[in-house]
Amino acid sequence: MHTPLDTRPGSHQGADPTTDPGGPPEPEQQRIKLGGVTREEVLTMAGAGAGSLALDWLLYERVLPFSGAFGFLLCWYLLFLALYTLAGRLQWDALTVRERLATALAWSSGLLVLALIADQIGYVLIRGVHAARHLNFFTETMQNTAPLSAITSGGCIHAVVGSLEQLGLATVFSVPLGILTAVFLVEAGSTRRGARIVKPVRVLVEAMTALPSIVAGLFVLGVVILTLGFEKSGFAASLALTVMMMPIVTRAAEVVVRLVPGTLKEASYALGASQWRTVWHVVLPTARPGLTTAVVLGMARGVGETSPVLLTAGFTTRLNFDAFHGNQTSLPLYIWNYVKQPYPDMVARAFAGALTLMTVVLVLFVTARVLGRHRTPVDRPTRRPLRRAATADVPRQAAGAQPALARTAVVRNAAPVVDH
Amino acid sequence: MTAAVQPTDTRVPPPDPDRPRPISAPASPSDQVFRGVLRAAGLSVFALMGLIAFFLLLRGATALRAAGWSFLTEERWRTAAHSFGIAAVLPNGILIAVIALCIAVPVALTAALFISEYAPARLRPALISLVDLMAAIPSIVYGLWGLFFLQPRIVGFCRWLANHTGGALPFFRVRTGDIATSYTSSTFIAGTVVSLMIIPIITSLSREVFSQAPAGEREGAYALGSTRWGMVRTVVLPFGRGGVIGAVMLGFGRAMGETIAVALIISPVFRVAWHVLENGSSSISALIALRYGESDTLSLSALMAAGLVLFALTLLVNVAAGFIISRSRSGASTSD
Repeated sequence: MHTPLDTRPGSHQGADPTTDPGGPPEPEQQRIKLGGVTREEVLTMAGAGAGSLALDWLLYERVLPFSGAFGFLLCWYLLFLALYTLAGRLQWDALTVRERLATALAWSSGLLVLALIADQIGYVLIRGVHAARHLNFFTETMQNTAPLSAITSGGCIHAVVGSLEQLGLATVFSVPLGILTAVFLVEAGSTRRGARIVKPVRVLVEAMTALPSIVAGLFVLGVVILTLGFEKSGFAASLALTVMMMPIVTRAAEVVVRLVPGTLKEASYALGASQWRTVWHVVLPTARPGLTTAVVLGMARGVGETSPVLLTAGFTTRLNFDAFHGNQTSLPLYIWNYVKQPYPDMVARAFAGALTLMTVVLVLFVTARVLGRHRTPVDRPTRRPLRRAATADVPRQAAGAQPALARTAVVRNAAPVVDH
Repeated sequence: MTAAVQPTDTRVPPPDPDRPRPISAPASPSDQVFRGVLRAAGLSVFALMGLIAFFLLLRGATALRAAGWSFLTEERWRTAAHSFGIAAVLPNGILIAVIALCIAVPVALTAALFISEYAPARLRPALISLVDLMAAIPSIVYGLWGLFFLQPRIVGFCRWLANHTGGALPFFRVRTGDIATSYTSSTFIAGTVVSLMIIPIITSLSREVFSQAPAGEREGAYALGSTRWGMVRTVVLPFGRGGVIGAVMLGFGRAMGETIAVALIISPVFRVAWHVLENGSSSISALIALRYGESDTLSLSALMAAGLVLFALTLLVNVAAGFIISRSRSGASTSD
């Protein structure tokens, strides 16, 4: 989103009629370039990068007895910062150097985070393909696979079934509870008396999203299995997952329920609808895309949880469709169990399981984003200027993007209402 | 009808024309039921947290009674010999979390600044999604990555740290000889992996507070001739301070509770691992994940007691963080 401070050439100049000179044409003026990248900047950065790489190589390979890729990269980065500062100091003043250095730092850590994500996904992909390219991995169980069996035997179908069943049960338990709690946070928060209860509930929900997953597992182990005497089963695992997923669903759902325009609710009340009818027929349908996103996000988090499942599901190598009786393996448990074995093929199977799990998580995650695309949260500082811009843009863009625009405009207008 | 109403009307003072007349609609029975259901759902959070504490205490009582106060002072974990305590696993877990914070906080804060201030506006939604995706990657995948990818590559760095700074900094010293296996499965490596898991949490929370910095002050800084970094330093960072502190605390709570990645990487020891580069570490959550299979009542009870300590500690940290974050948020809306 463009902030009004974005003074890059072209972003405002053409659109703003007030800058038109009224008087006689002035002599040709060079517009001062405020943003963008100059050639000297690029060259300085490239020079610092190349120089530090060479120096790093010299230090690492010839002078000092270091080893390891990690240290090499770290040294390279530090040398780069030093050289960049030095090269900058030769041509720019201190203020500019500091500015450029801060920019370089921000960009590098942004790129680092991107690289980490790419590296993780790529590494699991590369290691997982070894076992996952054999079709048997997705059709067989581990029942007839000995530790030294070839990679063409054994698979994770039982774990996939277990994961899906446990996730399904956990979704059935956690979604109504989570959405109801979200509605409670919004509806009760609108009255003065309710706001007092709402605040601690919200803080507690936030604290619960960070509840150690092992504690959730321990809790279900202590209550359902040890106290109530159920056996370890997919059902117990799904209860543990419910404890983990419910706060995530609540938090994500609260945001979207809160964004439902107050005018819609008031219209419903003005027509004589009761509170629950308003919630059921106005609030929830309006928030539906966002609620779907909340549910799918919760599922993406739930399917990858290992430690609650570890304590409550019980490990097995056979296919078990019955979530209520007997051990039921899920994907994280499958990975956890086989990665610790000293056989390379077992580790390869664990990686293939991780690849499967990542695929499930990615699919759920992308689904959530696609469903929630029209619900892009409004950044606060740009809200006020944007609102003005949006109303100004309506006649121009109305033909093209009416539904999306109408929704965002409504959401923006609603934001102050629910804030205060 | 009117006659019955008459006496009450005389007691009501004439309506003040300047004030709106108070209106209230009695809730219909269906609404009362609905509100009851809502309230029950909201309070179920309290109930759930209470139940967790209650049952952990209930199941852990046997062990707590058997160990007494030595539960807090004993380092070893030998339930068969009735000598067990959290004096080693708790500090070790905190050490892992502190190392994770040392790595994660600078990276996460600069990444958050990058996303909210420096990144091209068109890329911003994609970057936010990617950070959210990083938070959604299962912890077992982080564990696999840390064990098989990171550990072999970081051992050289650990060795360098131990050999060159170990003399000056005692906690970087390694006493088990200069061989590669002395440096694996250490507190430091576990902390590094956990840092990756809390980076997305700290990043997304602080990005949120950074992007809430009021536009007026930003424009003011620019109008006074500030550079972008000057604006960030004088407007965005001070404005986001509360939220950042809360985010860091939330990250700390998450790092303390992290189980699977830690359990995969460390080799458990039951003494305080002050020498963070040395092989061997432990944390409460990893202890539970590795020992839950023990079948006798006392062992399980001891794990429940350890879980209770972890629960109480993380709850404390998280609630404090939540209050700090929500306070900084409400400040954001008033100055907006």
